[in-house]
Amino acid sequence: MSANQDDIIQIDEVFKSFGKIKALQGVSTTVKRGEVLVIIGPSGSGKSTLLRCINMLEHPDSGSIIVDGNSMMHRETDINLVRAEVGIVFQQFNLFPHLTVIENIMLAQRIVRKRKPEEAKQIAEQQLKYVGIPEKAEAFPHELSGGQQQRVAIARALAMNPKIMLFDEPTSALDPEMIKEVLDVMVALAKAGMTMVVVSHEMGFVRAAADRIVFMDQGRIIEEGAPDTFFNNPREERTKAFLSKIL
Amino acid sequence: MAAIPKKIGEGKLIPVTSNLEKLPWWALMIALLAVLIVFSILTSPIYKDAFNFIKAGIVTTIRVTVIAYGLSLIGGLIVGLGRVSKNVVFYNLSTLYVEVMRGIPMLVIILYGAFVVVPMSLDLINGIGDWLVRIVPLAGLGRTLQQINIQQVDMSARATAGLAMGYAAFEAEVFRAGIISIEKGQMEAARSLGMNYIQAMRYVILPQALRRVLPPLGNDLIAMLKDSSLISALAVSDITQLGKLYRASTFRSFEAYNTMAFLYLSMTLSLSMLVKFIERKMGHER
Repeated sequence: MSANQDDIIQIDEVFKSFGKIKALQGVSTTVKRGEVLVIIGPSGSGKSTLLRCINMLEHPDSGSIIVDGNSMMHRETDINLVRAEVGIVFQQFNLFPHLTVIENIMLAQRIVRKRKPEEAKQIAEQQLKYVGIPEKAEAFPHELSGGQQQRVAIARALAMNPKIMLFDEPTSALDPEMIKEVLDVMVALAKAGMTMVVVSHEMGFVRAAADRIVFMDQGRIIEEGAPDTFFNNPREERTKAFLSKIL
Repeated sequence: MAAIPKKIGEGKLIPVTSNLEKLPWWALMIALLAVLIVFSILTSPIYKDAFNFIKAGIVTTIRVTVIAYGLSLIGGLIVGLGRVSKNVVFYNLSTLYVEVMRGIPMLVIILYGAFVVVPMSLDLINGIGDWLVRIVPLAGLGRTLQQINIQQVDMSARATAGLAMGYAAFEAEVFRAGIISIEKGQMEAARSLGMNYIQAMRYVILPQALRRVLPPLGNDLIAMLKDSSLISALAVSDITQLGKLYRASTFRSFEAYNTMAFLYLSMTLSLSMLVKFIERKMGHER
């Protein structure tokens, strides 16, 4: 695989095991600047692990991951600096329950980006408006619905002005009627040109925003391609079997 | 003709518990005893005498407890962070401290602190002073450190140090439990935003953990107030020591020990009410 200037994420031959379970068995792929990559696959296929390896929430056993020119597995790389450029949204939201919504969005801006309180607050308000809940600034997370919490989590990540956004099954913990409000924000983000890696089975999002689909099974990438060809003419039997279950 | 059975609902239901059974009789009895002892102190010359003799110890007991508790919280937080640390040295030293301290009776720890740890620390400080005197800009500080000697550290301070050492181990385990009770996702979210481990602890994990450990911390304050009576073994004039002295000089055991017990009980009960109040207040928030 040739290194390309446009490849903001380069994943090469990544292996990762949890004890006896082989979560990733030699995964390689790249993500271009501005590309929206959706990873699908059955549970236990390693898609979340792969996503979490990108910002080193999981440390690969071997292989190489380069994010925006930083070799993540090198000792000299300051992981915290790279993480500030890579936002992640979790299935369980993981908002800070002891802080209000606005404080949630301001905290990392203040201590990581060293922004002044007024500036951080202004950016936080701007991001809250972007995700459509400016009126919830002073609420605590537990006072919000799941969909609202997830939108705050997106705003919190965006406030750091990340170059890449990762989404780890962002709608799996939501009630059906709240999924759309989160997907709308994600689609808007994709249209605005954000580089995104999304683990999700939401076909609504895939149709509206995905540039490329990666199908994983048993720690390997089975097949990848543009949504059209991927869904209409899958090459692998394993892919066909999986698609017949989710479509 | 067979008797027609009564319909369900007819007749009176017998309550499972009567109102009398629900009364907190234990609290009423404590209140009664308290009134009795206060009345005795006010009217009986012997109780009055005992109380006036022992009351000087109240300040000592409270002072030692408060200072030792504060120190044990600081020490406990440091050791507790060590207990959850991935740093091998920090983790093992902290665990060693906790295991050793928890296995030694508090009285032995207090004696050890007073007669071993404090004197040795002073030797160390004097040694640092000797060394600093040779460095010209720090010579003044060096001389001050050289001159600190064991006479300047009274038994009350040494006992406080011992009590704090012992309780730091308990508080460390309380803090550890609080920290590991916070969901893993909180640390991940903080780290993924670019915070380092210390920032994530300071701004995300500890504020939540501290809120959760307030009840056990409050209980430990009460336990420490009671354990502070052990410092009487070093002849520090706390409530227990003065009570013992009073009994020894008057042979009025009943009055002396009643007064002592009353003083401790009124302090621990008020503290436990305060702790419950704070818990309820914190519980309501968020």
